[in-house]
Amino acid sequence: MDTESTYSGYSYYSGRSRGSHRHGERSRDRHKSRSKESSRSEKSVTINAPPAEPLLGEQSVRGEEVQDDNWGETTTAVTGTSEHSLSQEDIVRISKDLDDSVGLDCKRYLNVALSVILGLVVLLTPLAFLILPHLLWPDRLRACGTACEGLFISVAFKLLILLLAVWALFFRPPRAGLPRIFVFRALLATLVLLFVLSYWLFYGVRILDSQDEDYQGIVQYAVSLVDALLFIHYLAIVLLELRQLQPFFSLCVTRSTDGATQHYNLGQLSIQRAAVVILENYYKDFPVHNPAMLTASKSRAAKHLAGLKVYNVDGPGGNNAAAGIAQSQSRAMIAAAARRRDSSHNELYYEEAEHERRVRKRRARLVVAVEEAFTHICRMQEEEQKKASGDVMDPREAAQAIFPSMARALQKYLRTTRQQHLHSMESIQQHLAFCITNNMTPKAFLESYLTTGPTLQYGKDRWLARQWTLISEASVTSGLNDGTIFLLKCIDFSLVVTTKKIPYIQLAEEFIDPKSHKFVLRLQSETSV
Amino acid sequence: MSFIPGQPVSTVVQRIEIHKLRDGDNVILGFSIGGGIDQDPSQNPFSEDKTDKGIYVTRVSKGGPAEVAGLRMGDRIMQVNGWDMTMVTHDQARKKLTKKNEDVVRLLVTRKTLEDAVRQSMMQH
Repeated sequence: MDTESTYSGYSYYSGRSRGSHRHGERSRDRHKSRSKESSRSEKSVTINAPPAEPLLGEQSVRGEEVQDDNWGETTTAVTGTSEHSLSQEDIVRISKDLDDSVGLDCKRYLNVALSVILGLVVLLTPLAFLILPHLLWPDRLRACGTACEGLFISVAFKLLILLLAVWALFFRPPRAGLPRIFVFRALLATLVLLFVLSYWLFYGVRILDSQDEDYQGIVQYAVSLVDALLFIHYLAIVLLELRQLQPFFSLCVTRSTDGATQHYNLGQLSIQRAAVVILENYYKDFPVHNPAMLTASKSRAAKHLAGLKVYNVDGPGGNNAAAGIAQSQSRAMIAAAARRRDSSHNELYYEEAEHERRVRKRRARLVVAVEEAFTHICRMQEEEQKKASGDVMDPREAAQAIFPSMARALQKYLRTTRQQHLHSMESIQQHLAFCITNNMTPKAFLESYLTTGPTLQYGKDRWLARQWTLISEASVTSGLNDGTIFLLKCIDFSLVVTTKKIPYIQLAEEFIDPKSHKFVLRLQSETSV
Repeated sequence: MSFIPGQPVSTVVQRIEIHKLRDGDNVILGFSIGGGIDQDPSQNPFSEDKTDKGIYVTRVSKGGPAEVAGLRMGDRIMQVNGWDMTMVTHDQARKKLTKKNEDVVRLLVTRKTLEDAVRQSMMQH
């Protein structure tokens, strides 16, 4: 039962700390029964022999229908309790570790290397322009007057400003790794390269070859290069940073498993950059993905189909009747399902009402237990600390001291709301110590357990959302458009993103003179005569 | 009873003669009026056209001189003793009705049923 031990460790420990062995056994029994239920569906894998129907469709050559009545005995079932079993979560974790270690580091390093080389070339070019004449033909060079030396200062400061600006804009840690090249950056790099090359070409042909003596002209040439580079940097700021700030599109992001929806306003971005922005916001806006919440609807769907079984009484009719049989059978099933009196809505209603009641009861017990636990802790003042009277604890020890009294209620509540896999005992104690240190009330401590928070709130291993794939019909470097739809797929779920254009707002003006606010009394009097 | 500005108003009217009742120093006619060009016509419950600013009879006291003379609630008063009541303020109307030296007031009043009755009688011929 090694797979069970990782999950029952928490409840087992709490059983031990309460000193009752019976309680630990009871919780383990609950685990066992749970593994049969669908709430632990990722742990047990059942393989059944496929039903006879699709086999008939493929093997239409066979004239006879073979019905294997012994299929129940030949079924293989693999549960999570066998010796060398790996639960689904283990498999996913191993694959994730493999992915993380290999990585696409070469792509990132290539980018960094290219940008550093380009930066060095750009930085050293004006200096080279200024130094080369002194090195190659120093005797023929006309002396540099005051105006020329003033230009040296201007070149120096402009180069410094350019250096700082390039460092601020380009040498930031990358937020994300995009699947395709970042078009604007590539364009800018090409532009800068062409620009510098053309300047070198001109310099090489007109100045180096002819060995020009006018040094002031050369210095002015170098100054014009640095000016132009500053303007290109301005262009880079506008293209890379400013253009997408003005909101233009409204993106609606829906999670495929539970329908949680958010809306974001973005500017004119390419699809891959928009995907990065959406994912950055996903971690803070969407409640954490909880697979345990989805099992109820799956079991209901299974029950809809489980009650009906179609028997083919007349036997197979020939080659192309197989497809016809499948079609007519599915139609018959749909018609029968529509006609029968389904009482599953009734079950759902009462089940949900019962669940609601149970959750509220457990929540009430939890709140009372936590409030009582918090009253046992009292903060010691500075003066009292000096006369330390024995049993003085730091926050971690204080948390460990009061934790057992609320552990059972908290564990039961987490089980009922199916959140127990999101919080480990260690994390709960850490959070408790944190709350005690910062003088938080019991309500503040409980807030992170009573409501499901965003994904960032939990530890990285509970996210179930690390590797993302962008699926799009249009090219991912093309810009967003009204009606663009793309998917961000993760292993367990996907985010569906639809784009809508923000409507053009035409504002009209109406002027109201403040003196035009006048009122009259409207009477309806009645007089007796 | 539709009122077109600038055009003469033509309706079917009924003559009603009310003899004022003297009660000591008070002289009463036994009804109440509402309406007038300085009042809000949309609150008038008796008028068909809610922009009608005429003088309407809002209450007739039981057994009073007005009821005896045949005045009904909802009537619109067009003339009082020859004075026009279609374009007067509420206070002017009151003054014309309560002149101290007059004992009799002769009203011309109109109501919807009058017109219907006339039309019916015309159709019968």
